Amino acid sequence: MTGLNTIGRSLLRDDADLLESASPKSERASSAAKWLNAGRYIQPGLVLAWFVMAVVVLWALFPQWFTSYSATVGVARQQLRPPSAEHWLGTDALGRDLLARIIYGAGNSLSGALVAVGVGLLVGTILGIVAGSARGRIDGAIMRGVDVLLSIPQLLLSLSIVILLGFGTVNAAIAVGITSIASFARLARSEVVRVRASDYVEAAFGSGGTFSRVLLRHILPNSLTSVIAFAALQLGWAILTISTLGFLGYGAPPPTPEWGLLIAEGRNYLARAWWLTTVPGVVVILVVLSANRISHSFGKART
Amino acid sequence: MTSAINIKPATADLANLPVLEISNLAVAYRSHEGYQRVVHEVSLLVRPGEVVALVGESGSGKTTTAQAVIGLLAENGRLESGVVRLNGTDIPSWSQKQLDTIRGRKISLIPQDPTSSLNPVKTIGDQVAEVLQIHRQGGRAEIEARVIELLTRVGLSQPELRVRQYPHELSGGMRQRVLIAIAVALRPALIIADEPTSALDVTVQKRILDLIDELRREYGTAVLLVTHDLGVAADRANHIVVLKGGRIQEQGPTADVLASPRSEYTRKLLADAPSLGKTRAARARPLRIGGGDNAIVVENLVQDFPVGTRRDVFRAVDGVSFTVQRGTTHAIVGESGSGKTTTARSIVGFQKPTSGRILVDGIDVTTLRGESLRRFRKTVQLVYQNPFASLDPRQTVFQIVEEPLLNFDPLPREDRARKVHAILDRVGLPQSALARKPHALSGGQRQRVAIARALVLDPKVLVLDEAVSALDVTVQAQILALLDELQQALGLTYLFISHDLAVVRQISDTVSVLHNGRQVDSGHVEDVFLRPGSAYTRELISAIPGQLNANQH
Repeated sequence: MTGLNTIGRSLLRDDADLLESASPKSERASSAAKWLNAGRYIQPGLVLAWFVMAVVVLWALFPQWFTSYSATVGVARQQLRPPSAEHWLGTDALGRDLLARIIYGAGNSLSGALVAVGVGLLVGTILGIVAGSARGRIDGAIMRGVDVLLSIPQLLLSLSIVILLGFGTVNAAIAVGITSIASFARLARSEVVRVRASDYVEAAFGSGGTFSRVLLRHILPNSLTSVIAFAALQLGWAILTISTLGFLGYGAPPPTPEWGLLIAEGRNYLARAWWLTTVPGVVVILVVLSANRISHSFGKART
Repeated sequence: MTSAINIKPATADLANLPVLEISNLAVAYRSHEGYQRVVHEVSLLVRPGEVVALVGESGSGKTTTAQAVIGLLAENGRLESGVVRLNGTDIPSWSQKQLDTIRGRKISLIPQDPTSSLNPVKTIGDQVAEVLQIHRQGGRAEIEARVIELLTRVGLSQPELRVRQYPHELSGGMRQRVLIAIAVALRPALIIADEPTSALDVTVQKRILDLIDELRREYGTAVLLVTHDLGVAADRANHIVVLKGGRIQEQGPTADVLASPRSEYTRKLLADAPSLGKTRAARARPLRIGGGDNAIVVENLVQDFPVGTRRDVFRAVDGVSFTVQRGTTHAIVGESGSGKTTTARSIVGFQKPTSGRILVDGIDVTTLRGESLRRFRKTVQLVYQNPFASLDPRQTVFQIVEEPLLNFDPLPREDRARKVHAILDRVGLPQSALARKPHALSGGQRQRVAIARALVLDPKVLVLDEAVSALDVTVQAQILALLDELQQALGLTYLFISHDLAVVRQISDTVSVLHNGRQVDSGHVEDVFLRPGSAYTRELISAIPGQLNANQH
């Protein structure tokens, strides 16, 4: 595993190099022009998506800015109130403000999604890169393992992993991350194979490049773009899956405010207080759609 | 003549009624900055039975002009002004539906790329029948008979078999014949041929152009031939229109344009176009015969590739031998599939030959492995055909040229920078290009960067794999001049892989002609060209465009 780790670390370092290597002035000017042009073609959907994400990130970072209520302590005799000026989204069965629980829940859901995508991105991409660049038997072994992962239904797989690891927010996130390793590995491998076949990689070998140098200088930077776009897409999917686990009771234990758990808890009062399930559900949908929209814009920028 | 349009041999009064009349055509494309005009005030006439060639380099607006005629401009294209008259009717004002009634019937198109222009999931027969069905040319049996007749007419062997085959079962030349069959099916008054042979080998190109010529004579169809190849235009057209930057540089009868070009640009095009007339006369230093100083020795090279899962092998290169003296240029000529690129890749050390011996600068390439192979890369460098694919799109020009230096003995940063600057001067690139990325460079500039990257290690041998084939003729001439200059200055040995005999005659000292993996001819360029030893070489030489009219003046 240490070998993989060094590749992973140098992978990150190389990416940082690329970001740092100051783009020359002419490039900067042209990108400024591009931004100006982009201004003329504002896409309202994309702006809205970024706005939703910004709000949710702020909720996660500074929940106290948005609400004065506690997310975990209920107020006596305020149970199951409908939305009002005092409680904008009403209260739940224990008299806790629903808006406060959604706002505080953003932290749990987002960090869970980040951990999940992080696990999938790191492990999956490394596996894919190793498989794609080594080829032969190593490729076969890794990719058949990935096929096994793909053949198990994702929900079943994540439930089993949660049972193995124990209940909890982080464990649920890791479980979700492991289920996404397979897709990351396949994507990364296909990209590496594509870039490896290109003339400029052969030219790099032809000018005396060693395998690791060519990997770091050419194959990685050129194959990671679509992996990054896919990671943004997976973010929305991870939020949804973590909520599913929370709903089934495999995620964060109560009274933690977590979106999936909120929906599960509100389910019992669907007839009397529909907003308890509907509003967290709508929030999840909005965040997932926004993540997908943003990922789509990454994918487009690549071409 | 049963066709809808009555075409008689061109007589004086009919000559006044052109099939196609374009006057003051202007076309613009929408981009982020608004509409940009790419075709300006283009006017031309095509008379019945005549071939008019639209000649120009990439970006000259020749294809856009042709597309505007048939109403097939890209979605962001707009006809800004001008008149396009087909048999006297103004067609730009027509709706797509009205245009459908004349496309195929009165005006048809032979597209450029035969591989992507046929539907891969439909049979050849269905695709030829489609145009007849659309214009309701009789019943099923009638159409079937007509399809066979058409395929026979365009010279496809076994037409009954072909109608049931799919495009992937046919070669490029056969597919182009199918496209021609579709274009002539309804005997249109005008055929627009958009680079009909650019994707084909030179011998196939000649046969296809002969076929178009024949059909034109037989049916009296006029042809608007779009081409970048002045040689093709000279051979086939009655009238040449030279375009540059969307403007007509000059037009007139072919003989006049070629004999006494009026515009500066046409003169330059004519001078830059490689042709058989030009030889490497400028060579000051005579070739030493029998000198032992060989940079490349290839003996009995054989390369097999496994085919399928069984033990079948495909022999791509079969017993090729040649030697190249230091400081000279050896060309390997052949059509696609002849094994020329395979030979080159073995010499560079990208693949192990099945048998045979390759010595480059005295080193036996076939025995190299691992680190010794990596060290060997300093001796020989490869320049690729497509400069759009051979440069990493994420690197700047400086990084691209510097990279080979990082792979060998470490040099201080300043020394590396100095070397990169020097080599950039050498290949004629401005220093301002250093900070750019490949997408901000033109094709010719990119190829210069690729040459700079190859030369920065001071190699002894440069292998050029179709290194100028993807470039426009004027750029091609510049790169060839650069290569010649570099050879004189640095004493380089070139192995020049090409399908273009005219270019080969211009640049090389010795040549090997490959056909289906076998070497059919070799020796000094002049000997091979003047006294070809094999029938195949003779056929190759006679297929080079630009010779038919050459004798007339």
